Amino acid sequence: MPVPVEPPIETPASLAEAWAVLSGSTADDQVTPIAGGTDVMVRITGEVGEPPRRLVDLSRLDDLRGISVAGGAVVLGALTTYMEIRRSGLCREHLPALVDAAATIGAAQIQNRGTIGGNAANASPAGDTLPVLLALDAVFEVGGPRGERSVPADRFWVAYRRTALAPDELILRVRIPLVGGQESRFRKIGTRRAQAISKVVMALAWRDGGVPGAAMEGASGGAWRDVRLALGSVADRPIRAAGAEAVLEGARPTPETADAAAEALAAEIRPIDDVRSTADYRRVVAARALHRMIRDAGGW
Amino acid sequence: MTAWRFAVNGEPVEIEAPGMRRLLDVLREDLALTGTKEGCGEGECGACTVLLDGAPVDSCLVPVCQVEGARVATVEGLAAPSPEGPVLDSLQQAFLEAGGAQCGICTPGMLMAARAYLDAGGGPDEAAIRESIAGNLCRCTGYTKIVEAIAIAAAGG
Repeated sequence: MPVPVEPPIETPASLAEAWAVLSGSTADDQVTPIAGGTDVMVRITGEVGEPPRRLVDLSRLDDLRGISVAGGAVVLGALTTYMEIRRSGLCREHLPALVDAAATIGAAQIQNRGTIGGNAANASPAGDTLPVLLALDAVFEVGGPRGERSVPADRFWVAYRRTALAPDELILRVRIPLVGGQESRFRKIGTRRAQAISKVVMALAWRDGGVPGAAMEGASGGAWRDVRLALGSVADRPIRAAGAEAVLEGARPTPETADAAAEALAAEIRPIDDVRSTADYRRVVAARALHRMIRDAGGW
Repeated sequence: MTAWRFAVNGEPVEIEAPGMRRLLDVLREDLALTGTKEGCGEGECGACTVLLDGAPVDSCLVPVCQVEGARVATVEGLAAPSPEGPVLDSLQQAFLEAGGAQCGICTPGMLMAARAYLDAGGGPDEAAIRESIAGNLCRCTGYTKIVEAIAIAAAGG
């Protein structure tokens, strides 16, 4: 069994202390932040690339904890665990797709440790909360010794396993705007229900624009507005599916809409073959999963 | 090296170790508590499950610096001491009754995950029991007898 390395780690008790540690973090000499450790601790054996050379422990930074509503958004501290998301009344009320995603990650042992900030910063293309954050127009509030700034989710994952974070920056909070009448759905396809890395993962959000005037035919709802469809495990980073979104924008969730959106999605994504699945499987299943989401929403 | 202070099975401990040492290694190597097993070493199998402030975690993924001031419970702490020797926890007794252990590598982790489930008020419902041990792999039993054992303990048997 490989022997884990034990690189030096600092354990700041305040953001000011954390900034002092991170002010020495550069692209060539990175200080790796560790929160719940579910990704970083896997790297210390050196079996999956170079282990981190030095670390900063975030677990004592209580400023990065808590779930609240502020300024028309749900604000999740970066250290919020998946289990805290599952148990949060605020999340269950306002962010059901995020709760569903949290429930599919690992199992109890991982959900008790893994954090939303860590999932985002780790930037795996298969990170299960990431499509939800994209679909819900989340904004990352990030900070470091040079100050704070905001980065929208659709500009956060810039390349394979790379984020917009500078080497001296941390995610502080994730802000998810509350949108009246918004619906959201989450679907993950993996080998088993627990402990699986996604073959395809997706989140869909929309606002029901209602049907002005005439009574509707069938059981389908009103026209969809502000449609967001985001996927993981089908590209080198989590992505929005602009083609399928365009089909869905302003449309009602009818069988014809579902067929067209599924076709658009299959045509626009470029998944690859890898150890977990194949490109063909991912394309077909992503399209079918979207079709099913629209069907369920339409009630037909 | 820093001294880390926390409690293991109710006893205070102080360990001199690098902050990044895995809790798993601290338990097995520094404290000689070898009941906790290493399976995969990457959070997939649950063999190293212990309770951290009551919550099940994979001890291979926890650096000791994050255990400072916390309560750790391992399989060694399940049985209660008595003048006649240790008395098995109801869950351990149920594993014996149902035949819930074969090779034994997963058993300590199974017991701790199940202990957390029961401590949280979990009942004998099969689906809920299966979810509570979804992070624990067993390659011998097919899980049926493990689930039976947890149901027996949940029913107060």
